Amino acid sequence: MTEAVRPEIQGAWDALPIAIGIIPFGFVAGAAAVEAGYGLSGAVGFSVVVFAGASQLAAIDLLSGGSAIAVAVATAWLINLRMVMYSASLAPWLSHEPFRRRAGAAYVLTDQAFALSIHHYGKGAAAGERLRYYLGVAVPLWLNWQVTTILGALVGSKIPDEIPLDFAIPLCFLVLLVPTMKDRPTVVAGVVGGVGAVLVAQAGLADAAIVLGAVMGIVAGAVTDWRLTPEDP
Amino acid sequence: MSETGRLWLTIALAGAGTFVARVSFLGVAHRMADPPIAVQRVLRMIPPAALAALVLPAFVRPGGELDLTQPRLVAGLIATAVAFRTKNVLVTLVVGMAVVIVLDQL
Repeated sequence: MTEAVRPEIQGAWDALPIAIGIIPFGFVAGAAAVEAGYGLSGAVGFSVVVFAGASQLAAIDLLSGGSAIAVAVATAWLINLRMVMYSASLAPWLSHEPFRRRAGAAYVLTDQAFALSIHHYGKGAAAGERLRYYLGVAVPLWLNWQVTTILGALVGSKIPDEIPLDFAIPLCFLVLLVPTMKDRPTVVAGVVGGVGAVLVAQAGLADAAIVLGAVMGIVAGAVTDWRLTPEDP
Repeated sequence: MSETGRLWLTIALAGAGTFVARVSFLGVAHRMADPPIAVQRVLRMIPPAALAALVLPAFVRPGGELDLTQPRLVAGLIATAVAFRTKNVLVTLVVGMAVVIVLDQL
């Protein structure tokens, strides 16, 4: 894409491969709610109000299995706690926007919107273009999630297993991950974050794996950074 | 409580907590226009740490158990090399998906 492209169009373009990868996931989220007996309204309720796939599936699974509301809710919160990190990472870039817009942006915050936007901002984006790029990523992904949830609720999850579309999502994150690991501290943050997430999941805490792994990586990266350059430049 | 009541209370509470997480720092971002360098140094670690925590489990435990002898790890390693060289989403996607699909057929 050329530099003359509007930031929201650029965002939507960048989000396209990820949106395709999310399609089967949305179908599963819709179908799971219906199979649990919560109907189309329950499926749409989860996707509109919570709008976070892994936590939706976990909450549906627990609730329909007879777990207490507190367990289902706490699990969803734990899985989505990683959003705090994304919010912190994005905040300095959008600090000039009014509160109302920042709150609206927060509602559509996802792993993908965070990852693509931070990558884009790192290449240098004018202040006035940052929220537009972010929304160009986040709003189509929101629509994609709602439409695929409804389709999954109506027709079930019938995407063939032979095409592992879900694998597209980690592959996209991988391309965004590589340029973030550019010096010793950030390489340490990435390696410890990834290995930490695997170890936490292996220890039986899969719901907490992403956030705990990432926190380990952030701490390890920050400690490395301070060891190498104790004084602020 | 009825199952419908349980459903909607769960949706409301899960949604509220998730929004609080999302808005936590964005809500006070007007005070983060120029964060202290010490804070910036920590914030800089979030993207590599969080992205790696999303990516590595998908490569080494796709079925929910650690498994180092399955197609997604092979595809992930090849895709990492491709991503490193090309920095291109589409090329990495095509290569990674192709490797998984081919290995799945074997």
